[in-house]
Amino acid sequence: MLKLFRFLKPYKFSIAGLLVFLLLQSLGELYLPTLMADIVDDGIAKGDLDYILRVGGFMLLVAVASAICVILASYLSAKAATGFGKDLRSRVFAQVESYSLNEFDKIGTASLITRTTNDITQVQQVLIVMMRMMVSAPMMCIGGIIMAVSKDAKLSLVLLGVIPLLAGIIIYTARRGMPLFKAMQAKIDKLNLVTRENLTGVRVIRAFNRLDHEKVRFGEANRDLTDTAIKVNQLMAVVWPIMMLFMNFTTVAIIWFGSVRIDAGDIQVGDLMAFILYATQIMFSLVMASFLFVMVPRAEASAIRINEVLNTLPEIKDPTAVKEAGGTKGLVEFNKVTFSYPGAEQPALSNISFKARPGEITAIIGGTGSGKSTLISLIPRFYDIEMGSILVNGVDVREMTQESLRAKIGLVPQMAVLFTGTVTDNIRYGKEDATDKEVKEAAETAQATEFISQMEEGFESVIAQGGTNVSGGQKQRLSIARALIRRPEVYIFDDSFSALDFKTDARLRAALKKDTVNSTVIIVAQRVSTVMDADQIIVLDNGQIAGIGSHKELLKNCEVYREIVSSQLSEEELA
Amino acid sequence: MRKKEERKESGFGGGPGRGPGAGPAMAMPVQKAKDFKGTFKRLLRYLKPRRMQLLAVGITALLSTVFSIVSPKIMGNATTILFNGVMAKARHVAGARVDFEAIGEIILILAGLYLLSSVFAYIQQYIMAGVAQETVYDIRKDVSEKLARLPLKFYDSRTHGEILSRVTNDLDNIASTLQQTMTQLITSLITIVGIVVMMFSISPLLAVIALVTLPLSFVVTAMVAKRSQKFFKDQQKELGRLNGHVEEMYTGHKIVKAFGREKQSIKEFDTINQRLYEAGRKAQFISGTIMPLMMFIGNIGYVLISVVGGILVTKRSLEIGDIQAFIAYSKQLTWPITQAASMANMIQSTVASAERVFEILDEVEEVPEREDATVIQFPKGKVEFQKVKFGYKEEAALIEDMDIDVQPGQTIAIVGPTGAGKTTLVNLLMRFYEINGGKITIDGVDIRDLKRGQLRSIFGMVLQDTWLFNGTIRDNIAYGRIGATEAEVIQAAKAAHADHFIRTLPEGYDTVLNEEASNISQGQKQLLTIARAILADPAMLILDEATSSVDTRTEIYIQKAMAELMKGRTSFVIAHRLSTIREADLILVMNNGRVIEKGNHQELLAKGGFYADLYNSQFTGASLEREAI
Repeated sequence: MLKLFRFLKPYKFSIAGLLVFLLLQSLGELYLPTLMADIVDDGIAKGDLDYILRVGGFMLLVAVASAICVILASYLSAKAATGFGKDLRSRVFAQVESYSLNEFDKIGTASLITRTTNDITQVQQVLIVMMRMMVSAPMMCIGGIIMAVSKDAKLSLVLLGVIPLLAGIIIYTARRGMPLFKAMQAKIDKLNLVTRENLTGVRVIRAFNRLDHEKVRFGEANRDLTDTAIKVNQLMAVVWPIMMLFMNFTTVAIIWFGSVRIDAGDIQVGDLMAFILYATQIMFSLVMASFLFVMVPRAEASAIRINEVLNTLPEIKDPTAVKEAGGTKGLVEFNKVTFSYPGAEQPALSNISFKARPGEITAIIGGTGSGKSTLISLIPRFYDIEMGSILVNGVDVREMTQESLRAKIGLVPQMAVLFTGTVTDNIRYGKEDATDKEVKEAAETAQATEFISQMEEGFESVIAQGGTNVSGGQKQRLSIARALIRRPEVYIFDDSFSALDFKTDARLRAALKKDTVNSTVIIVAQRVSTVMDADQIIVLDNGQIAGIGSHKELLKNCEVYREIVSSQLSEEELA
Repeated sequence: MRKKEERKESGFGGGPGRGPGAGPAMAMPVQKAKDFKGTFKRLLRYLKPRRMQLLAVGITALLSTVFSIVSPKIMGNATTILFNGVMAKARHVAGARVDFEAIGEIILILAGLYLLSSVFAYIQQYIMAGVAQETVYDIRKDVSEKLARLPLKFYDSRTHGEILSRVTNDLDNIASTLQQTMTQLITSLITIVGIVVMMFSISPLLAVIALVTLPLSFVVTAMVAKRSQKFFKDQQKELGRLNGHVEEMYTGHKIVKAFGREKQSIKEFDTINQRLYEAGRKAQFISGTIMPLMMFIGNIGYVLISVVGGILVTKRSLEIGDIQAFIAYSKQLTWPITQAASMANMIQSTVASAERVFEILDEVEEVPEREDATVIQFPKGKVEFQKVKFGYKEEAALIEDMDIDVQPGQTIAIVGPTGAGKTTLVNLLMRFYEINGGKITIDGVDIRDLKRGQLRSIFGMVLQDTWLFNGTIRDNIAYGRIGATEAEVIQAAKAAHADHFIRTLPEGYDTVLNEEASNISQGQKQLLTIARAILADPAMLILDEATSSVDTRTEIYIQKAMAELMKGRTSFVIAHRLSTIREADLILVMNNGRVIEKGNHQELLAKGGFYADLYNSQFTGASLEREAI
């Protein structure tokens, strides 16, 4: 949490101002009892009506000034806290945008979303509360002590005895309570887990007729959580009454000792009344501060998660000396490439060498887990390889900027991702300055024109978040159009035709052929029928190349390929 | 996706933290319940079994508050005695002195009162902890049991996150309100009434002055809250946009990278972020002025009391201690009033939470089992569909007058493109959904006459969406049959070709699958679900052949395991493999949720319809013929 406070730096003047205003306010607030004491000691005791009214007027002024101070402080704190949130959010988002897929895998997309949104909001919320109460509490406390001592140093000794005791109690309960809070959080998580399993597995649970078993499981988690929650709350039930008791006993003590001192003529009655108010003020501020123990741990978990993001630096960085591509346009070369996911025991790909040439179709086949998707995600340098080299246009991908490398590539991913915006916006995502004509052409080639024109507003129809208002096949076609509009040197299709029906698939392939004459095309596929007419087929098995060649060649000399083929095609079809 | 929906506020159910100074809450817009009164009453019904404890809470709260209300007045008496003593001394009245005996007595009484007040406050909180949590326990239990009785229709029409949030967040909300706000509300009310009474008994004039500030407080709070509402709404809107953008950009990170659009994405983020900042800053500032304004109004009251009180004392119509008591009272009064708005909001949002929870409790349950529901002792596996009519929506029938006759041991292949609704038949067979017409029989018995549990145990199910729970591999396989022995589990694993991979895991059968079951591969998960089905030893099977995310080797194992499983059993297979389809006794072709063709392979090919088309595209490919020649 504290580490994040560096983001408050731009607001140091606001915070300084805030502190000053809050100090002034607390002094003003504390000055009122003093003035009241004057009314009692000088006004009432002497029966001086005029004096009472004058002091009363002055008190009003003090009250106004104090209110103005606190409103100014509130303005500054709102500015600093929300500004802090803004800066932090912006910083985290930019950081995440710079991540390679590696960091995404490591932290997880869902978790990154939570960190950028909820966690920051949580921290900001706590900061606001802190600025509002926690800052003014010490001010009140300090101010109160100053006033109390100046009023009567000896009587302040009472406070000296009480404050450490009170602080001790606060710390003690915080210590006892904290593990309980943590345990409770764990039990909430457990209950959530059971509930979620019950929701996602509802079919299986019912199919296996295990409702009773699940009921017991939920019941246990529920009981467990309830018991801990009761314990926590019973512990917390002590806190408030004890605090009140201390405050009240202190007041009683002050009256007693104060009376003695008044009797001895050391102080006056009004002073005692003011003193009681100071003491209340001081102790109340301590109680306020104790809420810090509740608030901070809440934000602490969030803060840790945010810091983790800020401390995770993207592994892939642009080289300092950039080499511009000069070789054959679109040529993709793998030289003895070996790659492992971080922490994996075995490499996901080992010793991969091949060339994908412009004007040719290179197909990659193999079961999932064989490394197909991994292989193609190495081309746009989503991950860095361990050994070997990958060249695009004759230049190592690590020697280009990521921007210029990716500008050469048109990727159509397995899962078609669309963004909120119109159909045109989505297609133009591939090329920002594309003309309307280019957009239409790309859509035409991708066989998307037909369904787009059937949509209510044609190309201006809005795609909902996550593309929920278009079908899987339509999403795929738009995602293909988005890649086509770039007119890239290298096309990568990662199993991108799966949701298309037979006829569309055939038409699309025919249209694509015309558009990709001069480009390198790399297609990942599951089905033999998709890859059979490729210029070269790369068969992957367990991260290794089991064979490269045409369909015919592979049938002849590649065992793995034959296995795949025979599982998909029947004997007579092979003949 | 799943995680995303469940982003939960990590609420400490009923923790503290809702204590004094729940700052901006009072100015934030709250979700309102549609039927406040009804829901509130219903919530009270849950408290009924604990009415004795609640009564105790009420009594202790009353005592604790009354004691704390009486004490300032008594303390004031001490001051008065002191003041009078000192004044007398100052005027050199003979024998004048401060009456320490009287003060000492008062102090003892005060100490006693304070002690009692604290003890009762503690008892009240202590009891309430139990009441609040136990009540929520009951509701949670009811919800869980209700969920078990709800039809699949309910689950399929809602996101998991939505349901989950009701079971967790909303109930958390109820717990903390019961714990904190309820008692606060009670004590606040008593405090206000008590203080007003005390004030009037001391000095009606001062009381009127002090109370004049009250309506002022209300008006100011209401005005400020109204102004800040707009900004809070803006803030909420921008926050929603920002979250949407983040979600979209992160889930599409690969695309953003591939198309080099990071800069634009950041730019867009910053624009929204800036707007969020503006709205947030204003909302915070304006709602932040409520407290100072209240304090200011409180101070005005304070000054007025000091001055008017001072004058009254000089006129001898009031004692000095009474002013002190009055100041204490007016300070005590401010708090419940500043909290009133936030408490009202809290209660409103709680009732809205309760309403959402009760909505689940009010959902239509599964059609109850017939009282005389029967059991098929030794199911043979004969299935008949007679004029079955079904649609997820009444008006849009997907299946009409379907007749199927399946003999024991036959295989039925269900084929169709992705998203063609192939799970519909599974839903009907298992009676996850009710058919709208006709009937489905097993061994001649209408499935509606069977006990649900028994019907479902006749079938074994292996779906592509493998569901495993957070537990050991052994427990996950044993899920198939209650009371399965270790030997049986291992035997099932062996039959499913899973034994080998399980043994290569560091903990073997004791390996705990993590929450996402990401510590084993998709294919391995599938093998485990097959083992689970083998252990259950069902009379009939429902299989999903889809093995799209499985490597070649594992795929072969899965094929073998499934073939093993299907031997001699009536099987409904969501088929992807040509061999399965061609050898099936009956093929049901589905598209857009409808069964559009049925027959065996030859019949369907001869028909030259959708199936023929599908067959040609998926399993041969145009170029194949060329190659084959």
